[in-house]
Amino acid sequence: MHITESLLVKIALVTLFLPLIGFIVTLLFGKRIKWLYWFENSILIIIFFLSAVLTYLKLTNFTDQTIISEFQWINLGNVPFLKTFTIELGIMLDNVTVIMVLAVTIVSMVVHIFSVGYMKGDKRYNRYFSYLGLFTFSMLGIVLTHNLLMMYIFWELVGISSYLLIGFWYEKKTVSDAAKKAFLVNRIGDIGMFLGILILVTTFNTFSFDKIFYQISLGNLPFGTEFGLTLVGVLLFCGAIGKSAQFPLHVWLPDAMEGPTPVSALIHAATMVAAGVYFLIRIFPILSGDALLIIATIGALSAFIPATIAVTQNDIKKVLAYSTISQLGYMVMAIGVGAYTFAFFHLITHAFFKACLFLGSGSVINAMHHEQDMRNMGGLRKKMPITYVTFLIASLALSGIPLTSGFLSKDGILVGTFAFGSLTGNWWFAATGFLVAFLTAFYMFRAIILTFHGKPRDKKKYDKVKESSFVMAMPLVVLSILSLSFWYSLNPFNPEESKLLSSWIKPPEISVPQNARYEFMKTETEKVNEVNLKEEIIYSSAYTEAIHHAHYPTLFTSATLAFLGILFAFILYQWKFIDPDKLANKLKPVYLLSFNKWYFDEIYYATLVAGTIGLSRVINFFDNKIVDGIVNGSASVTRYLSAFTGKFDNIVVDGFVNMTAYLSGLLGLFFRRFQTGKVQSYLMFVIFSIIILLYIFK
Amino acid sequence: MENFPILSLLIFLPIIGMVLILALPKDKDKTIKWLTLVITGIQVILAVIILFFFNFSLGGINDPSSFQFVEKLRWIEISGLAWVGKIKIDYFLGIDGISVVLILLTTIVTFIATLASWNISKSLKGYFALFLLLDTAMLGVFVSLDFFLFYVFWELMLLPMYFLIGVWGGPRREYAAIKFFLYTLLGSIFILLVMIGLYFSATETLVDGSKVFTFNLLALMDPANYNVTGILSPLNPNNLRFIAYIALFIGFAIKIPMFPFHTWLPDAHVEAPTAISVILAGILLKMGTYGILRISFPIFPEITQQLAWYIGLFGLINIIYGALAAMAQKDFKRLIAYSSVSHMGYVLLGMASLSTAGITGAVLQMFNHGIITAMLFIIVGIIYDRTHTREINAFGGLANQMPVYTGFVMVAFFAAIGLPGLSGFISEVLVFVGAFGNELIRVLTIIATLGILLGAGYMLWAFQRIYLGTLKDKWKELTDLTFIEYCMLVPLTIIIIVLGVYPSVILQFMSASVNAIVKFMANANIIHSSISTF
Repeated sequence: MHITESLLVKIALVTLFLPLIGFIVTLLFGKRIKWLYWFENSILIIIFFLSAVLTYLKLTNFTDQTIISEFQWINLGNVPFLKTFTIELGIMLDNVTVIMVLAVTIVSMVVHIFSVGYMKGDKRYNRYFSYLGLFTFSMLGIVLTHNLLMMYIFWELVGISSYLLIGFWYEKKTVSDAAKKAFLVNRIGDIGMFLGILILVTTFNTFSFDKIFYQISLGNLPFGTEFGLTLVGVLLFCGAIGKSAQFPLHVWLPDAMEGPTPVSALIHAATMVAAGVYFLIRIFPILSGDALLIIATIGALSAFIPATIAVTQNDIKKVLAYSTISQLGYMVMAIGVGAYTFAFFHLITHAFFKACLFLGSGSVINAMHHEQDMRNMGGLRKKMPITYVTFLIASLALSGIPLTSGFLSKDGILVGTFAFGSLTGNWWFAATGFLVAFLTAFYMFRAIILTFHGKPRDKKKYDKVKESSFVMAMPLVVLSILSLSFWYSLNPFNPEESKLLSSWIKPPEISVPQNARYEFMKTETEKVNEVNLKEEIIYSSAYTEAIHHAHYPTLFTSATLAFLGILFAFILYQWKFIDPDKLANKLKPVYLLSFNKWYFDEIYYATLVAGTIGLSRVINFFDNKIVDGIVNGSASVTRYLSAFTGKFDNIVVDGFVNMTAYLSGLLGLFFRRFQTGKVQSYLMFVIFSIIILLYIFK
Repeated sequence: MENFPILSLLIFLPIIGMVLILALPKDKDKTIKWLTLVITGIQVILAVIILFFFNFSLGGINDPSSFQFVEKLRWIEISGLAWVGKIKIDYFLGIDGISVVLILLTTIVTFIATLASWNISKSLKGYFALFLLLDTAMLGVFVSLDFFLFYVFWELMLLPMYFLIGVWGGPRREYAAIKFFLYTLLGSIFILLVMIGLYFSATETLVDGSKVFTFNLLALMDPANYNVTGILSPLNPNNLRFIAYIALFIGFAIKIPMFPFHTWLPDAHVEAPTAISVILAGILLKMGTYGILRISFPIFPEITQQLAWYIGLFGLINIIYGALAAMAQKDFKRLIAYSSVSHMGYVLLGMASLSTAGITGAVLQMFNHGIITAMLFIIVGIIYDRTHTREINAFGGLANQMPVYTGFVMVAFFAAIGLPGLSGFISEVLVFVGAFGNELIRVLTIIATLGILLGAGYMLWAFQRIYLGTLKDKWKELTDLTFIEYCMLVPLTIIIIVLGVYPSVILQFMSASVNAIVKFMANANIIHSSISTF
């Protein structure tokens, strides 16, 4: 069969829309037809195969091509001054897209299958699967989109599916609170993103990535300045701050753990929260140097703060949630320092091992009858060997231990920050990266030791524990195998030798004007041979060199720090050379700051939430008493006036009329006397009158 | 279709129904209801027929030849009056892309409101007679091209509305009805004054070459028709057009309702029966913005441009103020009423942009808000019928007891917070694109985006308190939707989803007219400034 671009587009569209069909059918008929969850599950298996085919065909037949297919959604007609204003919807297939589609469908599929076991017995079983379908559709939409409006559309749709799934057990107040919080905090970021989109669309009259990038590469900047471009970059990044739970909007993600655990694995670890990073990857060509620096700073803060919090949390899911924020911070920081490829690489590897960790925790929580507090666990290693081993592999990957995928990708990010340091003299990012690597290894192994090692601390629950069923164990195995390094690179110590990074994923052409870029991102042209064939190099050769030099020192340092972190965890929790409680007491202020999550929730509640609700009460008072008060007041004034007018009318006006009548009566009485009826007296009056008149007018 | 008076048929069909109902004996409740339903149903069909024969490419606005389904008859003619000369008023109907959308909205919402009236039991005959009279008046407003005729329909609407709230309403119905009536009447006086002022300022040339004063809206849009001495004539250097504009604007703003003239709305909604709330929010509020777009904008383009920032400012205030006020409400229906204030703010903001995207968004928002709010009020009505309370905190956990109902609630709530895929989204986006594109009101637009957040805030909070959580014991007996409730909610849901997925269904009808008005407003500036120099 001849492979054409349109075939790929068709496969992609089928992959996109099948989960939507699954959502609609399962939602509408799920209540009556009990087996319908298998319909949704088979759709996921189908789209997994489709996306595998899609990825294969794209990477083999169209390696360097970007396939775009779009249709006109809205046409505002013959618009004055602009001629036309149309909005297209469409999809774009490049290497980043197809690999991401594959990752999303794999994680989504295994989470679906895991959920078959995990959600067993739930009274809204099919509804759950229909929501998963909606989510998968929305997430694939984000991945496949080729314009900002569609990005925003699906951005909101994943937001709502996340709302529905976090709030799935909505009978509990904390659950519905968490769902609402997730949606609203995300919307704060979305406002920034929306403003960024508004600037771009009003400047270029299009939502499409390629057209916007092209215009910017021609030097047409928003507001005509480089600052305008930076502003757009930062505003768009706000959306990523919300969705990827970056500082200072990270507060929704830990609360989102109220949702079912497979949901946490799919949405709040592997895919949706990574959408922010994915979005940054998509808009990377228009991020100016200043914007990137801000992004890197936010990323570093988001990597560091949650890592310090994760160290002291007791809820196994909370540990993983903070770890997710921290890892997403890594990716965002990587984007910020220009390590584009490694950010994407870490996005993919993290999706698998973090999903594995969450599903592993789900397996534990299910076995422990919805116990999430690690202080009540311990010793589960013997009873749940599959869960333990897979959890361990994924933890090793998260900690960045050699032979795992996490080692490759995290090492890449650290190399990027190190190179950035050597090129710009800004070593803060590298320092943060290394520190967080240590903390990560420490808190992950703290969690492992508390959960799986030692003696069981809640004997009653422990006794009832048994290993999870096949549908739940199998996804763990699949994901843990995907967390090993050989899938990505045959050389376990050098990610750049992987096919993924050496030939598929490359930094895109940058549209930002040369002087608004980082020094090392300025384009160089290279003479390839005598005939003046030129090849454009996106990043400068200095950068390549810096990366090369940074490689081995970084690799050595990060691996050492990871091992140290693990060792430290064993010292504290396994061998108990140092009593962790005593240590906590000694470092009380630091411990409390970490344990109370740096008081973000409390601060936000006291200022933003209470402020808004207070303001709404003030407005309500103002509305009722003042605005409406004036209306009612003027009504009463009118009423009083009318009463007064009534009185006035009765007494004065009517009185005057009556008085006139009375007076004329009196006058009549007086003048009647003259009307005697005798002609001679009338004649006498006439004569007298004439004499008087003559006298007057003489 | 050329000469068939379909618009007259559309607007006077309910009058025929009213006469029939009045002729029926009192106890024929079923017949009365079905008769009303059939008539409003036929109107929906007529509206669809109009859409079918509607020509997308004709703009309308100020050009008589590009209006469609035009009917023009001499209605009132008195000659030889002392200093006026000759009075001539036309029965002049016609539609363009903006009115056609609102006609469709009116017929759909009225049909749904008829269903929502199904369990009215108190003096049914009077209710439906007034209901049909209201129907005529509303459609009349949207098709009139003569200011006098417009004003007649505008006033005609007040009377049935007053009785429908005042007789069939809740406990404080008389207060609410009087407030509504007087407030709107106050606005009408302003409109009346401006109408008379315009009448004596412009003339229209008749076929025989003679010139008469005119109420013809299209003639009033052309500066060439004004005489030099008229107080509202742009040719008169001492004209009062600025004051007249503000008076007219207030007249319409009361109906929108625009801050600070909005306080009649929550009271009217809370007291009105469900069906009347549906009509009030779904259709009546749009008359305000329609009036501004149809009359204020093209007749006073130069002042509109001068005051665009203030229109945008009031739009912004409506958005934020309405949302914050909604957040503080404890009564479900009041909350929805204030959400209308907020959502109508987007319409004002979009219109203030004077751009294609903004005005398209505004008109689309009128339609979408009509459908969404109608659905929201039906949702409140359904729960009020069953529980006789609207106190938000009295509920909780209804999602488990009434799952299908809650499903529809989610569609309406999510549409109201502008979720993509549902109709409210695209109109908000277009409003923002248009408003942001106009540098004059850009800052206002940036602040207005807060409305997206606040809107989601109060809606989701209300949703949580009413539908999520655990069910209270006293609501364990609540039943899910009845057949009639399905009949109301399903069509609205379908419209919301279809327009959310493919808004071009509606946009294609209005784009030519929106572009025409944008062009007209932009060119008018040049014409008017040349007048003022000469």
